Amino acid sequence: MTDTTEAAASSHGTGPFIAAIDQGTTSSRCIVFDRDGRIVAVDQKEHEQIFPKPGWVEHDAAEIWTNVQEVVAGALDKAGITTADVKALGITNQRETTVLWDKATGEPVHNAIVWQDTRTDGLCKELGRNVGQDRFRRETGLPLASYFAGPKIRWMLDNVEGLRERAEAGEILFGTMDSWVIWNLTGGAQGGVHVTDVTNASRTLLMNLRTLDWDDKILSSMEIPAAVLPEIRSSAEVYGTAKGALEGVPVASALGDQQAALFGQTCFSKGEAKSTYGTGTFLLLNTGDEPVNSYNGLLTTVGYRIGDQKPVYALEGSIAVTGSLVQWMRDQMGLIKSAAEIETLAMSVEDNGGAYFVPAFSGLFAPYWRSDARGVIAGLTRYVTKAHIARAVLEATAWQTREIVDAMNKDSGVELTSLKVDGGMTSNNLLMQTIADALDAPVVRPMVAETTCLGAAYAAGLAVGFWQDTDELRANWRRAAEWTPRMDAADRDREYKNWLKAVERTMGWIEEEH
Amino acid sequence: MAGSIQSVERAAAILRLLAGGERRLGLTDIASTLGLAKGTAHGILRTLQQEGFVEQDTASGRYQLGAELLRLGNSYLDVHELRARALVWTDDLARSSGESVYLGVLHQQGVLIVHHVFRPDDSRQVLEIGAMQPLHCTALGKVLAAYDPVAHSEALEGAREEFTPRTLTAVPDFEAVLDLTRARGWAVDLEETWDGVASVAAPIHDRRRMPVGAVGITGAVERMCENGEVRARLVAAVRDCARSVSRDLGGGRFQ
Repeated sequence: MTDTTEAAASSHGTGPFIAAIDQGTTSSRCIVFDRDGRIVAVDQKEHEQIFPKPGWVEHDAAEIWTNVQEVVAGALDKAGITTADVKALGITNQRETTVLWDKATGEPVHNAIVWQDTRTDGLCKELGRNVGQDRFRRETGLPLASYFAGPKIRWMLDNVEGLRERAEAGEILFGTMDSWVIWNLTGGAQGGVHVTDVTNASRTLLMNLRTLDWDDKILSSMEIPAAVLPEIRSSAEVYGTAKGALEGVPVASALGDQQAALFGQTCFSKGEAKSTYGTGTFLLLNTGDEPVNSYNGLLTTVGYRIGDQKPVYALEGSIAVTGSLVQWMRDQMGLIKSAAEIETLAMSVEDNGGAYFVPAFSGLFAPYWRSDARGVIAGLTRYVTKAHIARAVLEATAWQTREIVDAMNKDSGVELTSLKVDGGMTSNNLLMQTIADALDAPVVRPMVAETTCLGAAYAAGLAVGFWQDTDELRANWRRAAEWTPRMDAADRDREYKNWLKAVERTMGWIEEEH
Repeated sequence: MAGSIQSVERAAAILRLLAGGERRLGLTDIASTLGLAKGTAHGILRTLQQEGFVEQDTASGRYQLGAELLRLGNSYLDVHELRARALVWTDDLARSSGESVYLGVLHQQGVLIVHHVFRPDDSRQVLEIGAMQPLHCTALGKVLAAYDPVAHSEALEGAREEFTPRTLTAVPDFEAVLDLTRARGWAVDLEETWDGVASVAAPIHDRRRMPVGAVGITGAVERMCENGEVRARLVAAVRDCARSVSRDLGGGRFQ
């Protein structure tokens, strides 16, 4: 990405600029944006993935903080600017990853437990008591699942020697990665501010979606002392000013990564949705200023909140296997040499030849939530070639998107008028066309691919008046491409029906273990 | 073997010697096995090394076959890979130029559009991926014909239709345009394909300097041109983009 700097910087003015930190699952990045929302410079550094046991995933929070400082310095250096040119700093982060640290020394008491980590599966079942995984859904919008931060805090309190006593004595602080980065940026043990934003707090299983405050009943059910929790603030306001290398720069936004992408895609109106196509896929729909309960397997979450304005809620649906299915075709099957070649192979035939591929590699997620399902390729005949399978691979992503959009429609009553897309798979023209065909709605790609960082930059810029309002941000949004549906309605209905039939065949494969 | 060139024969012999399985050989071994003077063998090895056909181990000084040889047999660049690599740069080109961006490759007798970025205004535009453009008069086509010998012969052999009064169809005129294109590294189309429309394009090369495609912008003459020529700022933006994509292809193409 270093080349971005050289090429882009030449065509930019002298600023001022907004910097955004993306503290992600595999790396930390810093991007500097100009007033038009164009990228001026990027710096990025990966951190270690720690796997102590099967199913466990940890990060060293101290390493992450070091990397964040390095990429911020690196991005400013590449842009050839100083802290005086940076009007505000925004933060977006991997969601749900949990760290606890000593308030006096700033030392983490345990490695951060990453969102993918499944060590709290058993604990979540236990916490469900006789109600099950929907015990806290009404308050939090979430099922009791190992992704979310609350059970991870509880695990550390139970498993790190003496931690509970220290936590109850007020010596320990909890944070998702936004809190950890902000506390350190604003001085750490020397007066760092201990805050989180509503979007990150909405992924803890501890925040009440309506009051936007920690829920005392849930805290006592989970046995988590309120003393460890950060103050919940909006997504766009000045939390404090940076100390050290960034001395004086306002730290002015925090958003979970998927919410930041929603913001960066300028989905500011009810009914607007974005879908990020990467290894997996995350689709968020803006549902306006009321949280919508889901009865179709979606999550209810906070989309964003700008300062003291009303919060904006979202429905979220995720697809576990999208880009990773293409990788599987490349690495496990050896049918293609690069991910991009899936399109070449798929383009060599007119249709799927009757084959349907449901990649339920670790069960079916939204809207089914069936852990007993496993992957299926259905409809095979002698006629089917690897090219038809390649088509079926791309169609799998399209139909799974359709299933989530249908579930969102049922829950919210909002009909999707168009889908804004981002992520690596948007370079696949055939896939984007197939999604437009499956949805019977236009699919639109924006000109800035880095919507996550852009969202954090936008929120920070709003907080300091760099941009006036969301209308100004909308005006920055540029359409790079749009795919319009071309599929005949009868064909679409028949294909969707076939897909649903294939989905049925994945269920019940894993038999109950005794 | 009448007319064979001795140094090429010797280079081939060295490659065969190194190709015998997992092996690294020192200069002395190579020279004595092939009956060459050490200085001669060293000169040939150094040339092969510059071309990437041979690599020298820095610790032992021994020689082995280079990665470039593997690439020779595996050199086809997937057009969808090209699009994926070009995505960021072409978005930025559309932003900085304010015009629509096209990425084209040679396909049969014309230019196949493999990527298209909309002009960054709010107007309704239709995605033109998969469309064909003529070789002899568009900026993309001229770039391909100037740099890719296959495209060149296709353009010469094909019918060069006169789309507008400004279309050049005579061979000497066309060749002169290609000479100019090669000399300055970019091509223009000033209302030679569509009335009122100008375009400018530059070549994309892979790491071996092979032309793999062309990238360019297209827009209304009034916006694109000044005093009858494409604005220098736009030419520079197109060439920057082409260089960035080329650099990207050189970096990790065979990973």
